[in-house]
Amino acid sequence: MNHYAKLTRITYIALLALALAAPLLGLYPVFVMKLLCFALFACAFNLLLGFTGLLSFGHAAFFGFAAYITGWGIKSQGWTPEIGILGGAIVAALLGLLVGLVAIRRQGIYFAMITLAMAQMVYFICLQASFTGGEDGLQGVPRGNLFGVLPLASDTTMYYVVVAVFVACFLGISRIVHSPFGQVLKMIRENEPRAISLGYEVDRYKLLAFVLSAGLAGLAGSLKTLVMGFATLSDVHWSMSGEVILMSLLGGVGTFFGPVFGAGIVISLQNLLADKVGAWVTVIIGAIFVVCVLAFRKGVVGELQAYLERRRAAKA
Amino acid sequence: MEIFGIPHQAFMGQLLLGLVNGAFYAMLSLGLAVIFGLLDIVNFAHGALYMLGAFSAWIMLDKWGVNYWFALILAPLVVGALGVIIERLFLKHLYGLDPLYGLLLTFGLSLILEGVFREQYGVSGQNYPVPELLSGATNLGFMVLPNYRAWVVVASLVVCLGTWFLIERTRLGAYLRAGTENAKLVQAFGVNVPLMVMLTYGAGAALAGLAGVLAAPIIQVTPLMGSNLIIVVFAVVVIGGMGSILGSVITGLGLGVVEGLTRVFYPEASSVVVFVVMVIVLILRPAGLFGKEA
Repeated sequence: MNHYAKLTRITYIALLALALAAPLLGLYPVFVMKLLCFALFACAFNLLLGFTGLLSFGHAAFFGFAAYITGWGIKSQGWTPEIGILGGAIVAALLGLLVGLVAIRRQGIYFAMITLAMAQMVYFICLQASFTGGEDGLQGVPRGNLFGVLPLASDTTMYYVVVAVFVACFLGISRIVHSPFGQVLKMIRENEPRAISLGYEVDRYKLLAFVLSAGLAGLAGSLKTLVMGFATLSDVHWSMSGEVILMSLLGGVGTFFGPVFGAGIVISLQNLLADKVGAWVTVIIGAIFVVCVLAFRKGVVGELQAYLERRRAAKA
Repeated sequence: MEIFGIPHQAFMGQLLLGLVNGAFYAMLSLGLAVIFGLLDIVNFAHGALYMLGAFSAWIMLDKWGVNYWFALILAPLVVGALGVIIERLFLKHLYGLDPLYGLLLTFGLSLILEGVFREQYGVSGQNYPVPELLSGATNLGFMVLPNYRAWVVVASLVVCLGTWFLIERTRLGAYLRAGTENAKLVQAFGVNVPLMVMLTYGAGAALAGLAGVLAAPIIQVTPLMGSNLIIVVFAVVVIGGMGSILGSVITGLGLGVVEGLTRVFYPEASSVVVFVVMVIVLILRPAGLFGKEA
């Protein structure tokens, strides 16, 4: 165990150092920021799928709706960036409460279908509402000054803010999972009837997990609006819900670092291929889905962990 | 003549359009229910297979001049054959796993199918002409009925009732229902269950393909026509519950009509009304209108 924990810690420290040094190494900061936003989105999603066992097929609703709220607030209500992000996250959490209340009435496969349908409803609302800018979306959202003093227009400043938010949320999620509350969530994932028979109010735990996950997904969406300066319909589209599932699945559902890794792969892939292969990107994404489900359901990080465990067991 | 202040012709027109949409909901949710019953897989690719049916018909006409009536038979066969291949290549590895994996795999498959067609044909729609025999409209006195739409409603009702009869009233259907209850036991009695499963998925796929051919002359044939529909069909399935075949048919038609009426009275809400109904049903009767609580 010690050896393993040490390895994990060294990996994290190295990655953090890499993240902090990225702008000096010549990595394009906007790309890394986008990657971190999606990594946060995937971590939020994984809190629900990986640690509570609920597959939401509608997380784009929270991500995208929060992105719109932030864009609208900053652009037409004169919100500061911190209020914009907080506002987006809170609205997403409230939306999560509404969706969650309905969706947890059914289990398993129905839960997935209900969240997908409700997210589609949010999509149509965003398509028709006036504050979202319809087909055009919201463009040219200014970054403004953080707390009124720190101008975010510079990519480097913005970058370190994004890194700080990401690290804080990552640690927060890890804290949630390791708390007694997180242990109950794991129990629900492993054996729901057992949890009920032990007297836990399972629905309340599921709902809270759903709201937390929705709020964090919203935070990721808000941050994305601030970084990229726009919020569009593709943020709320079902294909975005599919992408975040793929990120978690590819990296490793139920691992801490898996979703980050998965987000890195998917976003890099899209970046590399977007202007070269056109619609084939969708085909490639679909193919990765199929391969993941058939060949390695634990994901890259999950398989690696399993391999290390096996090797340790063989040594002992 | 007016009904609630809406011109009579417009009202009947939307009602008919609602019935047509409802017929598609019914056919697709029926296929989903049959597949889910035996395979324990929620077939996300159902929308893509529906799209494939419409495209096969269009390609057959465009490339080889195969007319509508032949396409009505050939396209479902093509889609059904693809369904068999999908089952053999992919789905068969997932039996016994959490049904969520089936949903994810078929989601991936539908992305692949959709992407390929988008690459080939772009997102703009292709027009499929209404077959000559069914073009035009009949004046019924109280409304003008477009012949093709009437045909779609009648044809899909016949298909749905035929499926119901096959499953509930024949020997083959009895094997199928037994397989749904306990596949191992049925296999022990000497029924070739893997073959049955394969053909069931193929038949479900063919049903989706048939719906696609029926839809082709009414809507634009586009690569995205399936994914937009499948999400609504999921809501229909949640509302109706996947337990009963006649239940899914009634729910599908009913929701189509509700949608049509909403388009008359409050058009802004017509795209979300099915989802709103779903929320209400989940609050009042979580198992669905015709469902049994698992």
